[in-house]
Amino acid sequence: MTILKTDGLSKHFGGLIAVSDFNVEIEQGELVGLIGPNGSGKTTIFNVITGLYKPTAGRIHFDGKDVTGVRPDKITALGIARTFQNIRLFSELSVLDNVRVGHHLRLHSSPFVAALGLPAYRREEEEITQNSLGLLETVGLADVAQEEAGSLPYGQQRKLEIARALATRPKLLLLDEPAAGMNPEEVRELMDFIHRIMEEFNLTVFLVEHHMRLIMGICPRILVLDHGVTIAHGTPDEIQNDPRVIEAYLGVEEDEDA
Amino acid sequence: MRKQIPRILTIISVLVLFLFLWWAEANLDPYLRRILNLIAINIIWAVTFNLIYGYTGQFSLGHAGFIAIGAYVTALLTLSPAQKEQSYFLSPCIWPLSNIQWPFLPSLILGALLAGVFGILIGIPSLQLHGDYMALVTLGFAEVIRVINMNLQSITNGSLGLKGIPEYTNLFWSWGCAIFTIFIIRMLGNSSYGRAFKAIREDEIAAETAGISIFHHKLMAFVIAAMFTGLGGGLFANLISTIDPNLFSFLLSYQVLTVLVLGGVGSITGNVLASIIYVSLFELLRPIDQPMTFGNLTIPGRPGMRMVIFSIIFVLVILFYRRGLMGSSEFSWRWLLSKLPGLQPPPPAPPPTLGEGNLNRGRQE
Repeated sequence: MTILKTDGLSKHFGGLIAVSDFNVEIEQGELVGLIGPNGSGKTTIFNVITGLYKPTAGRIHFDGKDVTGVRPDKITALGIARTFQNIRLFSELSVLDNVRVGHHLRLHSSPFVAALGLPAYRREEEEITQNSLGLLETVGLADVAQEEAGSLPYGQQRKLEIARALATRPKLLLLDEPAAGMNPEEVRELMDFIHRIMEEFNLTVFLVEHHMRLIMGICPRILVLDHGVTIAHGTPDEIQNDPRVIEAYLGVEEDEDA
Repeated sequence: MRKQIPRILTIISVLVLFLFLWWAEANLDPYLRRILNLIAINIIWAVTFNLIYGYTGQFSLGHAGFIAIGAYVTALLTLSPAQKEQSYFLSPCIWPLSNIQWPFLPSLILGALLAGVFGILIGIPSLQLHGDYMALVTLGFAEVIRVINMNLQSITNGSLGLKGIPEYTNLFWSWGCAIFTIFIIRMLGNSSYGRAFKAIREDEIAAETAGISIFHHKLMAFVIAAMFTGLGGGLFANLISTIDPNLFSFLLSYQVLTVLVLGGVGSITGNVLASIIYVSLFELLRPIDQPMTFGNLTIPGRPGMRMVIFSIIFVLVILFYRRGLMGSSEFSWRWLLSKLPGLQPPPPAPPPTLGEGNLNRGRQE
């Protein structure tokens, strides 16, 4: 079953064409990678899918619904969660509260019930706390639950961001450069971690990455973007041997008689 | 049992406070009672501003407008028809306002509700803006309310103001409302909604992608704050018994801002402390406005001199406590008990722990 499908998605910023005619179809349970040189439009695609930008042209279908131009919080409620390339945590809130915020969209109690601390709200709050602690356990942050999120080391902040995304109960998780700034050991760990959460939470993952080892190692299917245009699409082997990909990454050799 | 200690202490201290108020109402002179009333009203305003600015991070300067609405509505409803007929000599008060006289409680509630309605009307356009722009627009709206009050001759009596408002506000009303406001805003601030507000303050984009509807939550905080601010306005009108539009100029919004910054943005304890300090200092410094004699030197009285001294004190506080007196921390009994020698503090708040059987549970459907 197709979970995410884009039709001719384009995004222009004035005269700059950041993304043009981007088409992707992702099946339920798949792990798809998106690579490309700096400034090729990878993050822009994520921003369009999650509703932060409105596409200039094209449609986005998620889980059988047209979600083009829908507000970011509504998109999240429908089941797309994401992380950011430059980590965006609520730094002054505790680690636990960061994850609890991710549960807020599923809260049933009205502000009135919450402000009076009625039993219906207290039950929900307890459930949120338990669930958040469970998620922190999953990502290995249970022992720092009471720390301020901004005080965590970089690697843990990335994990916390994933935990917060998981708290919204996504069907599709968009990871924007999850391996940025990690050493090879951590990247290996991350690869296992992504597989583990996909299984545990029945997730589909769409991943933007610079780190070739990570993306070649775990993504059965990869798209390559250059200057907003999809230049290749296939298995890691096909991608590695595609002359246009090599050209985009390494540059083209000058013509000998030129 | 030991976990209940802080709650019991809170209940006891509220009871002690009311016992004190009961004594004060009967024994203190009107001047001191008025100061105590003003402290409570300032607490209400500071705590509501804290909800908008401290928790949700929206810099609004429209407080004076909401105070004015609460004050005018409550005053007009509680004023006696005879008093209205006497006051409105430029153009008579319109019917049915002219022969309405309500008891205090429903008037206060209606004043708060109408302030809330204006909170919606003003919030919808202003909350689309960010930072300084939002501050400017809300400041503008508050001024608009002031000018409207000035010109609705047959409703507000224009710049002549309202006189002879019944002095219903006593220590029980003002402190009762203040404690109710603190209770509601603290509970809300600690709830999932409070976390959503703080998430918006920290990072709007992250909050939005975490599924929080930014605009609804901003508006929610703004309207709740407007309502309680209006409640404070109603208490204020029935305390000072004479109001006119210029009482609710932008200076009043700055006063609320000053109290908030003095106490610490984001701390309700700070709001309370700062309200007490601000109102008391204002009165204690009153002699400075009078002529003073040091030996041969006589300093003539200059009205406003105390504001200079006040500003110096304020600058000193900010120099030494850059985040206000309390920063964003709150008072807690546990902290107090741990400071008292010879007293065994109750065990520290147990961090929420994972219940049995949850360890291997993944997502809960």
